[in-house]
Amino acid sequence: MTENSEIPRIVVLNTRAANVHSVEKALRKVGADPIVTDDPAELESADAAVLPGVGASDAVMTALNTLNMVEPIKRFAASGKPLLCVCVGLQVLFNSSEEGKLPGLGLVDGNVQIIPNGMIDELGSAMKVPHMGWNAVQFTGDDADRNTMFKGIPQGSHFYFVHSYRCVPDKQADVAATASYGVEICAAVARGNIVGTQFHPEKSGDMGLQIYKNFLDLASTIAK
Amino acid sequence: MLTRRVIPCLDVDGGRVVKGVSFVDIRDAGDPAELAAFYNAEGADELVFLDITASSDARNTMVDVVEKVSSEVFIPLTVGGGIRPVDNMRKMLEAGADKVAVNSAAVANPQLIEDCAKEFGAQCVVLALDVKRVDNPVIASFEQYGEVPAEALFRIVTHGGRRPTALDAVKWAKLATELGAGELLVTSMDADGQKTGYDNELLSVISDSVTVPVIASGGAGQLDHFYDALVEGKSDAVLAASLFHFGELRVSEVKSYLAERGIPMREV
Repeated sequence: MTENSEIPRIVVLNTRAANVHSVEKALRKVGADPIVTDDPAELESADAAVLPGVGASDAVMTALNTLNMVEPIKRFAASGKPLLCVCVGLQVLFNSSEEGKLPGLGLVDGNVQIIPNGMIDELGSAMKVPHMGWNAVQFTGDDADRNTMFKGIPQGSHFYFVHSYRCVPDKQADVAATASYGVEICAAVARGNIVGTQFHPEKSGDMGLQIYKNFLDLASTIAK
Repeated sequence: MLTRRVIPCLDVDGGRVVKGVSFVDIRDAGDPAELAAFYNAEGADELVFLDITASSDARNTMVDVVEKVSSEVFIPLTVGGGIRPVDNMRKMLEAGADKVAVNSAAVANPQLIEDCAKEFGAQCVVLALDVKRVDNPVIASFEQYGEVPAEALFRIVTHGGRRPTALDAVKWAKLATELGAGELLVTSMDADGQKTGYDNELLSVISDSVTVPVIASGGAGQLDHFYDALVEGKSDAVLAASLFHFGELRVSEVKSYLAERGIPMREV
């Protein structure tokens, strides 16, 4: 449970993605009391928000457009409050994706490209797409220099990935972590209060839960 | 570097894990949540729950199982067994499953794969293939899959291995991934339970024919079998059931062994 009396209002945006409920459960596990909603008004009054997504980027953008959520998310991002975006939730932050036709939110400069197929790995096997499983993640910078969301996590910790497309930010400064899969995979993005992970912290065991714990702590400071 | 995965598979009947014996550190070997927590602590990279409940009224217990396990254990969770309509799949995903495995129902109606992949994304759809080599009788015909070459060595069997078909396993694997299956769980019915090793020929021929990850299943009996399935069999993950449940090998033991032999493994 959070130590301060103000329990932060954490909103999990219901993008109809299959990981919405896993994100909710992970937040509950670390002591948060998240609200799963598709109501833009709930976002306005939130201290912190999570944008989950799996599957196709167009499916997430269609959900956000249909729910009139695009402008509220942009306003929320501009407010300086913590916004955590997961997997396809991260990918839709960019301007465009090779996967879909719909433009992204454009909150991070860059685009989303398909992972090349058929490279040969260290065991001599063809590398599969989707990139699925646990991969070692290297964070840019020492613990002290990192975005608050990634503090307390040892370099090279493994996180669970499932994706066929990879984010390619224009600015190297936006890359918070990388993983290697034949090509460099942008594993996490951080631009101030906007943070996204390509991997699924809600499915990455204790290290993943640490990220949700960091997120809750950050939200608690906003709520104070 | 992407690690290879070691996956225990648990059979669930009426909400209870069957076939499990008591480990020293487990109070109730039939409790899915407790076993899941045990395997998680052992370093399991993922869990597969297979619902073998026969009666349809006991089916909903599986949703409760998934709900409970996914609130406590934060690693990927696949649920299989009797998954048919899209709504059924939605229930499992909302309860906290990450992937749903389809088997016989997809053979009868391949459209199911496409429908589920469109609705939830290919990463949620695991196609489970039960495969037998052809010296076994070929009974049913599946005209919708076109002509099956006589030399096709591997054929699909359905309904838990009880119903042989003429369907070529390699062709089915390709078709299913085109329809949107994001991963294949390949069980050799010849090797299953024999403890003489996985069918690495089957695994490698399927792995070479598709671009999605392959989980090896059926036949594990000793440590080097896991290594062979990953290297000779070119699999991306190895699954075992009774070997782990009966404590003959521990997940942690398998992972240390594979790591020592140079297979990338997740450290816990």
